[in-house]
Amino acid sequence: MTVLVSNRYGLPLLLGQLLALMGHGGAFYLEVRELEEKCFIQEIPDGTVVIGNYKTELYDPAMEKYQPSPQWINLFVFVKDPENKNLLARQYGPQGSFTFTSQSPGEHQICLHLESIRFALFYDGKLAIHLDMQLGEHTNDYAGFAAKDKLTQLHLRLQQLVEQVELIQKEQEYQRWREERFRQTSESTNQQVLWWSILQTLILVATGVWQMRHLKSFFKAKKLV
Amino acid sequence: PALLLLVPGPGGASEITFELPDNAKQCFYEDITQGTKCTLEFQVITGGHYDVDCRLEDPDGNVLYKEMKKQYDSFTFTASKNGTYKFCFSNEFSTFTHKTVYFDFQVGEDPPLFPSENRVSALTQMESACVSIHEALKSVIDYQTHFRLREAQGRSRAEDLNTRVAYWSVGEALILLVVSIGQVFLLKSFFSDKRTTTTRVGS
Repeated sequence: MTVLVSNRYGLPLLLGQLLALMGHGGAFYLEVRELEEKCFIQEIPDGTVVIGNYKTELYDPAMEKYQPSPQWINLFVFVKDPENKNLLARQYGPQGSFTFTSQSPGEHQICLHLESIRFALFYDGKLAIHLDMQLGEHTNDYAGFAAKDKLTQLHLRLQQLVEQVELIQKEQEYQRWREERFRQTSESTNQQVLWWSILQTLILVATGVWQMRHLKSFFKAKKLV
Repeated sequence: PALLLLVPGPGGASEITFELPDNAKQCFYEDITQGTKCTLEFQVITGGHYDVDCRLEDPDGNVLYKEMKKQYDSFTFTASKNGTYKFCFSNEFSTFTHKTVYFDFQVGEDPPLFPSENRVSALTQMESACVSIHEALKSVIDYQTHFRLREAQGRSRAEDLNTRVAYWSVGEALILLVVSIGQVFLLKSFFSDKRTTTTRVGS
């Protein structure tokens, strides 16, 4: 995955993204029913721009294939950050794109579901969501930059390389943070094992001693010893 | 979907991490043109024994790849016909652990930086160097992703271990106390009964 530290050139045109989705072979789709929630997880460093291009379709049983959705099918997108705070909670049309920027590093949960906003009628058939999520460097529209700032091709290629390297740095920084958390967990386990073992040995010895003394006094009272 | 089939798609990769609840199956579909080289790679990050069933079918329903209870695998194939390819991940063998699965489906080559250029156009030496650096950095990023996934898996196991140790230790300490005290009172009760029976026999 790639990371964009700061998008200097502004977000690309929506049309560009849609065209990219049409011709871009990297989008899969999944079948859902209305109101069925599908969640995805993105583990990303902070400051990452994530763009999700999507397209929804209705299954037409008569023609036995998927047709583009009508306007009354809306996509609800909920994005939760690692602390379970809502980063994005919005309603979108039957096709387009949603975007968010991560504020803290960690696991972000992206949940989608489709709902028909037409007179609250429940749609019974199959629906398909085409999804293509891109992060960081892939969210740049290089052709757009070239036109706007009249940069040479070489300049743009170097720009891409610079951003890739920044991404790698960011990911490594994030990795160091994660490794620290891992180490804390392992050390906590280690401490727990140590202290509980000591405690259990003490309990064992204490109860053993108590048992013997109690029974000894009991048997003495019973005049068996 | 018709649009995607007509345009000889330049390709791309989709990588997604999703949650697969217990006893559930999740399928993904992708339209692929004939002759495109595709790679499906998946890895289970959290849950149970970190394994999942995977199945890849071509548009006619022929099974191209089928593996049960795999933790990680990579499968490359060339699309022999146009159509919708389907790949499914199943957790139906598990009764109560839900899994987090990561997959990366690469279809064809990544789209070129400039859509107007074609493969045969001449690149200057600088541009060629940029292209090779770009490819090298892509593989670095790929390795980083794999490392991150393995680390997530390891961390998930460590956190599991931590909670298990906590609960088990408390439980064991309690059991120890209860059993030790219980033993003593049980033993005492044996002797109390015997004493009454012997006195009855004696008199």
